[in-house]
Amino acid sequence: MHLVAMAAGFALILLGLYGALTHRNILRMIVGFTLANTGVHVVLVSVGYMPGRAAPILDGAVPVGEAAARIIDPVPQALVLTAIVIGLGITALMLAYAYRLFRARGSLDIADYTELKW
Amino acid sequence: MSNRFSIRHAAVLGLLALLGLAFWTLLAGYVPDTELNRTAAYYAENTARETGAQNIVTAIIVTYRGLDTLGEVTVLFLTAAIVALVLGQSKAPRGGTGSGFLPSGELLATGTRMLLPIILLFGAYVAVNGHLTPGGGFQGGAILASGMLLLLLADPARRFSHRIIARVESVSGLAYVAIGVLGVALAGGFLDNRILPLGQFGALLSAGAIPLIYALVGLKVGAEFSSMLESLEETEDS
Repeated sequence: MHLVAMAAGFALILLGLYGALTHRNILRMIVGFTLANTGVHVVLVSVGYMPGRAAPILDGAVPVGEAAARIIDPVPQALVLTAIVIGLGITALMLAYAYRLFRARGSLDIADYTELKW
Repeated sequence: MSNRFSIRHAAVLGLLALLGLAFWTLLAGYVPDTELNRTAAYYAENTARETGAQNIVTAIIVTYRGLDTLGEVTVLFLTAAIVALVLGQSKAPRGGTGSGFLPSGELLATGTRMLLPIILLFGAYVAVNGHLTPGGGFQGGAILASGMLLLLLADPARRFSHRIIARVESVSGLAYVAIGVLGVALAGGFLDNRILPLGQFGALLSAGAIPLIYALVGLKVGAEFSSMLESLEETEDS
């Protein structure tokens, strides 16, 4: 059961990469990258999950003394919080560049940008 | 053309199939840990005593790995600056955007006025309760910026003062670094939260400097997101 989240995360990564590689509209490619990004987050969080344990918050449900035996791994969650923020920054940058490209050429189709083609 | 298209498609599918195979071997051989690894066990056992924070994730982000979070905030600042730089070249003249829209109706205007204070209050709540509950400065800052987004959507001609946003951002960033340096002078190291008393475990004003740092991070992140939204809003086509 605990593998469902991880499998879903891997599926999201593959789906996002497929979308980013096959679509020709730049906005759709950005959506694909964002999907893959989300998949990586889901996989990372699911790595920290341990069956039968509670979230790493020391409130009434988890006494301080038994914390090590009662909580899941908090480190992947802290990593993913960072990754989400960085992912948002990258998405904002991609959208800004897409806007500049549209202003320069009046098109969002990647086939119209032939300078880097070989 | 259709032939080339299918070759490209097949290549993409083949690559993804290989990647999927790699993922499958990872998934098939994965066995979840039955007990915490050494790092996680250290955090689980010592967070309450050393930082006074209930939320261990927050203790890791703000105190144990505080320097990384400072770097993360710097990356976000850089992103906001680059977005402003890239979009600034196609900035509309003053008063030039949004004026083509019909005025937003009474319902939308009143609804925005009613909702905005609640959204801002919720953002502040999430930011300062980061050491007790799930949440924190980044999430709170995103909620604050969503209030700004509501304002921009309800009235596209509205402009915020760039100067205020820039001031909020630089003052909170400087105060964050100053708290970190105070940690070197008064406590165990850079960004050590014990420059303030740890207080009673589980109270709002506890865990030393963590609520203060997260409030500053919330302000900074909110200001950065707002400036990104504003840069996108002020382009010629909007």
